Amino acid sequence: MTFAQLFRSDGFWRNVRAMILKEALQLRRDRVTLATMITVPLMQLTLFGYAINTTPHDLPTAVLLQETSDVGRSIVAALENTKYFKVTQRVHSVDEFDHLLASGKVLFGVEIPAGFERALRRGDKPALLVAADATDPVAAGSALGSLAQVVQTALRNDRAIPDIGAMPFEIRAHARYNPAAETQLNIVPGLLGTILTMTMLIFTSLSVTRETERGTMESLLSMPITPLEIMLGKILPYVLIGFFQATLIVGAGLVLFQVPIVGNVFLLAFLTTLFIATNLAMGYTFSTLAENQLQAVQMSMMTFLPSMLLSGFLFPYAGMPVWAQYLGEIFPLTHFIRIARAVMLKGSNLIDLHYDALMLFILMLIAMGVAVTRFRRTLD
Amino acid sequence: MAAPSDIAIDVEGLTKSFDGRVVVKDLSMQVKRGTIFGFLGPNGSGKTTTIRMLCGLLTPDSGHGTCLGFDIITESDKIKRRVGYMTQRFSLYQDLSVRENLEFVARIYGMPDPKKATREMIARLGLKGREEQVAGDLSGGWKQRLALGACTLPNPELLLLDEPTAGVDPKARREFWAEIHALAAEGLTVLVSTHYMDEAERCHEIAYIAYGEILVRGTVEEVIEHSKLTTYTVSGENLVPLQSALDQKLGVDMVAPFGTSLHVSGRDAAKLEAAIKPYRNDKNFKWEHSEPSLEDVFIDLMQKSKDNFQ
Repeated sequence: MTFAQLFRSDGFWRNVRAMILKEALQLRRDRVTLATMITVPLMQLTLFGYAINTTPHDLPTAVLLQETSDVGRSIVAALENTKYFKVTQRVHSVDEFDHLLASGKVLFGVEIPAGFERALRRGDKPALLVAADATDPVAAGSALGSLAQVVQTALRNDRAIPDIGAMPFEIRAHARYNPAAETQLNIVPGLLGTILTMTMLIFTSLSVTRETERGTMESLLSMPITPLEIMLGKILPYVLIGFFQATLIVGAGLVLFQVPIVGNVFLLAFLTTLFIATNLAMGYTFSTLAENQLQAVQMSMMTFLPSMLLSGFLFPYAGMPVWAQYLGEIFPLTHFIRIARAVMLKGSNLIDLHYDALMLFILMLIAMGVAVTRFRRTLD
Repeated sequence: MAAPSDIAIDVEGLTKSFDGRVVVKDLSMQVKRGTIFGFLGPNGSGKTTTIRMLCGLLTPDSGHGTCLGFDIITESDKIKRRVGYMTQRFSLYQDLSVRENLEFVARIYGMPDPKKATREMIARLGLKGREEQVAGDLSGGWKQRLALGACTLPNPELLLLDEPTAGVDPKARREFWAEIHALAAEGLTVLVSTHYMDEAERCHEIAYIAYGEILVRGTVEEVIEHSKLTTYTVSGENLVPLQSALDQKLGVDMVAPFGTSLHVSGRDAAKLEAAIKPYRNDKNFKWEHSEPSLEDVFIDLMQKSKDNFQ
């Protein structure tokens, strides 16, 4: 075909117009695509604009008070006055303190050692011990940076210390779990969850609609097989595929980026399998709700995008407003990213992680329940 | 419920509508065990909907009945075990091979040795050598054989075949019907929907459905007799002007060309005789009083029902 033939003069625009009209008519009937066109940009805008904040604030913080003193109270008050920290726990033993960090209940810990006030007044430059969960370096970094200034200002205002120029104490920060603040250590566990979400959702979200579209559903429904049997039969093979995929990602993380698995490998395997099953169940649910494969893919994308943004994978969870944090809780990815980071980098155990594991399980049951009840057993 | 007698399908007053459009209306029918029951009617007349209600794929809005002695509304699980349903559109897995498709069906129905059952079915279907071919690559005729094989594999008591021979060549159609008769001889009940008149004539009993209602049922002879249609066959040269002339006449309800002859039919014998009288002595034409064909009867039924519904 020559270039001139490409733009033949007779009726070129007429044909283009006819095609445009046809596309517009089809689009008008395709409610889901229309809805996607409107909601995706709105959702992105809202989430990026309001929910995502790369300077985290209200980081859940534990204070370990080894002494009761005015200085201690001053420091706690100062921490609470900043937007960075939110003192959620006051504990009195190191064990409790460690457990809070390992389970992810707090991201920050400030330890005021015994004799801190006295040493301060003597001008001995005592150490304020700070432990940060550095599995997410972005979240920990800026807060850590601001800490010294915040505390010094507070102490000065409270006239707890003589007004001298030099800093009267030192901050001994310990970036736990990822002392070098390497981004890969944080990214790889997150990527594990993100990739699995993406592929698993797509796999099963197509499974039922594909049968409906190809006409095989009619045969299948006329056979003696129950919706539960169909669902399990469609989900289980993909669990294996997902598991293989997970192994690949973790293995590559280990070889290429030296991302360790500090915790129990079997615990990681078990919880990853649970996460895979949860995503497959959700995808399958979409498949029973969608009318065709395109709708199913659209539903998967509508789940995947916000879960990537709200799960703490790209942006610190602690930086999001409360409503966004609650919203984040409904996505399996949020819970899995906590699990993967905790097991791989912190060595957390199942007791530390029982909340997130339970949430994954509940989300899976809800998805399966919806799928089995919504599955159309007839062609009505 | 009493043990199933010699009736395989017994339904009464089945009604089904989609989005307010009535597709099947107050339909009642009985099919005796071991018979081949032909279900005829134009496109959109409700054949597929009725078949789907019989095997539990659709729930009737009202009406009740049994299939193989089981309630079609509450016991569709039991019906599904005993019924083979061949869909109008090929509905096996196009991306699985012949063998894999059959083995899947055998496993779902819990057959003791799926591989053996599949091997036997492949031999019976004459599909040997094609076992590993994916179903999507088969020709129309072979696909249809495979589909029939898949629904007879679990040894059902009743076969529901929805336009099984649409788009299949005459030889394959003939072989298909030979197979259906062989199965019926083994005691299977077969309900088959079709458009083809020659196929209707191969059925033990037929029912004609239009606009969701059964208009007539019985053996082929009964249906033709019931039509009260009088038909003449005209042969000769240059029949086209004659056809258009007759078409206008009162008393002539239908003129249809059949090869080199015309079928001229009327519901009222006396009026028809009067209408054709001027042409009977024309030496160019040979008139013969004949039996109406099944097609004449059905087209007449369609016209009559159209008059009633429009």
